[in-house]
Amino acid sequence: MYKANVTITLRASILDPQGKAMQHALHDLGHDSVTQVRAGKHIEMLIDADSSAEAETVATNACEQLLANSVMEDFSIEVLELESASAA
Amino acid sequence: MKFAILVFPGSNCDHDAYHAAKHVFEQEAKFVWHKEERLGDADVVIIPGGFSYGDYLRAGAIARFSPVMKDVIRFANEGGLVLGVCNGFQVLCEAGLLPGALMRNASLRFACKDVHLRVENNATPFTSEAQIRQVLNIPIAHGEGNYEADEATLDELERENRIVFRYCDASGNATSESNPNGSARNIAGIINAEGNVMGMMPHPERCVESILGHGSEDGAVIFRSLVEHVDSAVVA
Repeated sequence: MYKANVTITLRASILDPQGKAMQHALHDLGHDSVTQVRAGKHIEMLIDADSSAEAETVATNACEQLLANSVMEDFSIEVLELESASAA
Repeated sequence: MKFAILVFPGSNCDHDAYHAAKHVFEQEAKFVWHKEERLGDADVVIIPGGFSYGDYLRAGAIARFSPVMKDVIRFANEGGLVLGVCNGFQVLCEAGLLPGALMRNASLRFACKDVHLRVENNATPFTSEAQIRQVLNIPIAHGEGNYEADEATLDELERENRIVFRYCDASGNATSESNPNGSARNIAGIINAEGNVMGMMPHPERCVESILGHGSEDGAVIFRSLVEHVDSAVVA
């Protein structure tokens, strides 16, 4: 069993009003050293696959077909192998 | 003529569209539940506004995989007329029937008000009864209506005259102040290259009779255009 951690973010070229709003709020709290905030999504999937590469392929297809919208979003995937003992 | 109005879990403008088609324009109209695999007999499909599937993941992202959407894509590819309003526009973009995407409003606020739209193209089945550069007063109600596409796509839309409506002021000037959501180039509605699939964020079905819609009947021009187009095609 593998776990895929998917991170979806707005493309760098696209204005992120949510991130801007959070950055303003952080500055109001005195965190002036925060120079940029980008908001995104974190999605976790458990994937029953025979290898890490196979799990990554499944996760990539899932992102391309549904989880991310390529018009405005980029995604990155991290695949971890779960120990069968802890998975049980 | 026959209107087919899709209904997803979370659609909330389906009855408004039905009322406009059936009672105001006295055409045949039916609801089509998202689980249906066939649209059945229809001249125009309306994908109504609302929050299909709770806007989970992204607005329109789940609805596009509904069983009925397969048949809508077939219908569109065969030249059938499809109008997506608000969430329907989002669904059409997610389904790839229209280019680009609708993002969170630049203000981060839900925008619910009457806006002015300038008709940029009246050579479509959806706008043939409107005058070019006519200013329409039609309400919007959305949190994600900020139209974005890459520059090449936007240029192509301009070049091919596929921007059908732009947000503007009462005199028809497309200014940044009159842009309610941050949409690229003040885009409020676009059409596909074939000219049979249109998406728009404003709600024409909410202002087709003066007793509703704050006295504006400006949405009627879209229904009138569709009825005229289909009826004249039948005669010809």
